[in-house]
Amino acid sequence: MVYEELKAIVGEEYVSKEPEELHIYSSDPGTMPATEPDYVVMPKTTEEVQKIVVVANKHKIPIVPMGGALALSGLVRPLKGGIVMDMKRMDSILEVNEKARYAVIEAGVTEGMLKAYLERNYPNLRLSTPDAPPIATVTANALIHGSGRLSQMYGFHSEMVTGMEVVLPTGEICRVGSCSISPYWFSRSPLPDLAGLFIGWFGRTGIVTKLGIKLFPKHRYRDVMIFVTENPSYVSDVIWRVAHTEMAEDITVWAQPRPEWAEGFQHTTIYITADSEEELKFKERIIRNALRDYIKQKEGGFLYLTPGMKATFLQEPMSQLVRFADVRKGGGFEYVGAILPVDLFDKAYRKGLEIVEKLGVDWAFSVRIIGRSHCMMFAYAYPFNRADDEDVEKARKALHETNLAVLEMGGIPWKAEEPAQQLILERMDEGAKILMKRVMDLLDPHGIMNPGNWEVK
Amino acid sequence: MNLKFDPDRCFSCDSYACLTKCQYLNYDFESAREERIKIAKGEYSKVLEECKTCYSCEEYCPYDNHPFYRIVELQEEYGINLAPKPIAKQLLKMYAPREKDIASITGVGEKALSLCLFPDLKDNVRSKLFEGLPVIMGRQVFCNLVYLHFANMSVIKERAQQTIENVRKYGVEELVCFHDECYGFFNSYAKAYGLEVPFKTVHLYEYLYNWLKEHEDSIRKLNVKVAYQRNCSNRLSPETDRVLDDIFELIGVERVEREYDRENGICCGAVFKMWGEDEFADEIQKKNVDDMAKSGARFAVFNCPMCYVALAERSAKAGLMPILVSDLCRLAVGEMPRLPGRG
Repeated sequence: MVYEELKAIVGEEYVSKEPEELHIYSSDPGTMPATEPDYVVMPKTTEEVQKIVVVANKHKIPIVPMGGALALSGLVRPLKGGIVMDMKRMDSILEVNEKARYAVIEAGVTEGMLKAYLERNYPNLRLSTPDAPPIATVTANALIHGSGRLSQMYGFHSEMVTGMEVVLPTGEICRVGSCSISPYWFSRSPLPDLAGLFIGWFGRTGIVTKLGIKLFPKHRYRDVMIFVTENPSYVSDVIWRVAHTEMAEDITVWAQPRPEWAEGFQHTTIYITADSEEELKFKERIIRNALRDYIKQKEGGFLYLTPGMKATFLQEPMSQLVRFADVRKGGGFEYVGAILPVDLFDKAYRKGLEIVEKLGVDWAFSVRIIGRSHCMMFAYAYPFNRADDEDVEKARKALHETNLAVLEMGGIPWKAEEPAQQLILERMDEGAKILMKRVMDLLDPHGIMNPGNWEVK
Repeated sequence: MNLKFDPDRCFSCDSYACLTKCQYLNYDFESAREERIKIAKGEYSKVLEECKTCYSCEEYCPYDNHPFYRIVELQEEYGINLAPKPIAKQLLKMYAPREKDIASITGVGEKALSLCLFPDLKDNVRSKLFEGLPVIMGRQVFCNLVYLHFANMSVIKERAQQTIENVRKYGVEELVCFHDECYGFFNSYAKAYGLEVPFKTVHLYEYLYNWLKEHEDSIRKLNVKVAYQRNCSNRLSPETDRVLDDIFELIGVERVEREYDRENGICCGAVFKMWGEDEFADEIQKKNVDDMAKSGARFAVFNCPMCYVALAERSAKAGLMPILVSDLCRLAVGEMPRLPGRG
């Protein structure tokens, strides 16, 4: 019955209940156990999304909207079955406003598509891309509070959202932001900010079908510097000093045991951009001066980068990250992306080492600074072999212990997997929890939207 | 392993060329004498902190008394950190020989070409100039002399014997060293520390000269002027600099006279960048490349791949074409080399 109705909406080619296809949609590369949907559907238009929502309400079956399915924390596994709505066919770039620097896109547009489109048609514009494979979608990444190459300067990707079109859980279509009253998708201000009803909710409050996203100037020159320290207690100050110069486009920190020369060191990678060589040199000099004390005291220094090494670090996204993700072979990879104040770097680093030493897991720490050191996304990454149950269990344990440690430190796990969501809710202010529940109950009276996530008990 | 250093030679020296001729330090005869005596006695000298590790004093010393190796030993003894500690430590780990590399050594024949630790050069030696010469490279054959720039003589000593042994395991009787530093290790460093090298080593210039001489008919004279960047480790085998002149003559190249060549050569600046002395590195690089540019040369010629990396872009922007010596020879025999590291 449901199948027939879905078929009538999207056509036979774009709906499936075949086990082999359902299996593909039952898990992601992370540690969360597979949960199969009953149907997979790929709408092409907002109207089709609306009709599918009406069907789901009629039969009271769950809907899980899905972008690239690359969150790694199992956010688009249908925890209570139902329909996985794969948004990839909604892949039109609807508008680029060059002067106001924003794009309006459909929900299935990927990071790679928009990046390539801008490079071809608007060489002076860029978007902030995450260090995810290019098939990650721009919309889903923004909606889960992703971060990326321009987050040091402009904050989380969710802060770059200028407006959205949403199909509510009850089937109505609404627009939020300036596009609700204007043909221009330039801003969420000065209206009541309804976008917050759909950001960070993991699809619990509606299905975003179109998104306005900020674009930024793309400069002609780009360079990278890597500052190496051997004492994690210096790193938050290094970050503070570099962010204070306002010269760095992006700041990341990485620490890992492989290759062996990297073990025991913290590498603060600083990206700078400019429109002339003079400007680039000037920025480099200001950053070096900011770290002069460390260099003078011989406590830190810049790694000498050959052109080949620079080319590797300047890749967007970096292909080496993908290689690390599969270091154990077997395609398993997950991380706790802890959102933390930057001054907790030392504590977070040492805690992470304690966990990996105790559990004997493969690891890498990778940190992105967000908004001029307002906070950081500290990723504790654990690759594992999905074909090896013991390996999966070890990684799961490491993730769980890390989640607990992060909360203990005062941080918040980002795009938390379902058990970690419960850990967050256990510690959340009661009033906030009640408000969350009211919002979900009000918008989604039948509880059909990605149930099982953000489940306030 | 002790350095063959005789303090009496320094005490009786009447030139103090090691310091008075230095490209970076500014000592008159009297102050050079004072500091030299301190160094000879093994006492602290401010030279230990001022030294830019350019290797030049190894060439300037009229008695082959190894003043530079002596300075590096004392720098280490007095705990002088030339580079930021994490950079120096990371570099030590980066090039340490690994068991798996040593275990993978198999016989390659009587003759081989060592590319040291420069895998990017693989494409540059795919040439008739090197035909039939198997290539060996990697940490297991790395000479470790780079640590002379980091006041770390002990690690070079620690790894030296194993490096020689590793090359021997390849079954090599004659090793052609692409990089001056490897040649310097086997011919200067090993001798200075009394290490036996059980195979013959040939400097790249000697090899290229012999090859070109044998194939003189295939040479098309280039008729160009070149500015040459003499690298630090060529100071360990100054006699090879004259072989380069012979190569240039064979291929029709004029090595321009310029201020910073031959005995007055200056550094490429890469080491100073590693030390965190960027402004000094920029100053030296600018002086060097400006000197190249005003000499009227068309090419900036390098043998050391590190010098190439450090100065190629800057020299290209100054209107010179950066090229390796071996690639220049390839041009002369009708080959079209690619840029190092760019496939």
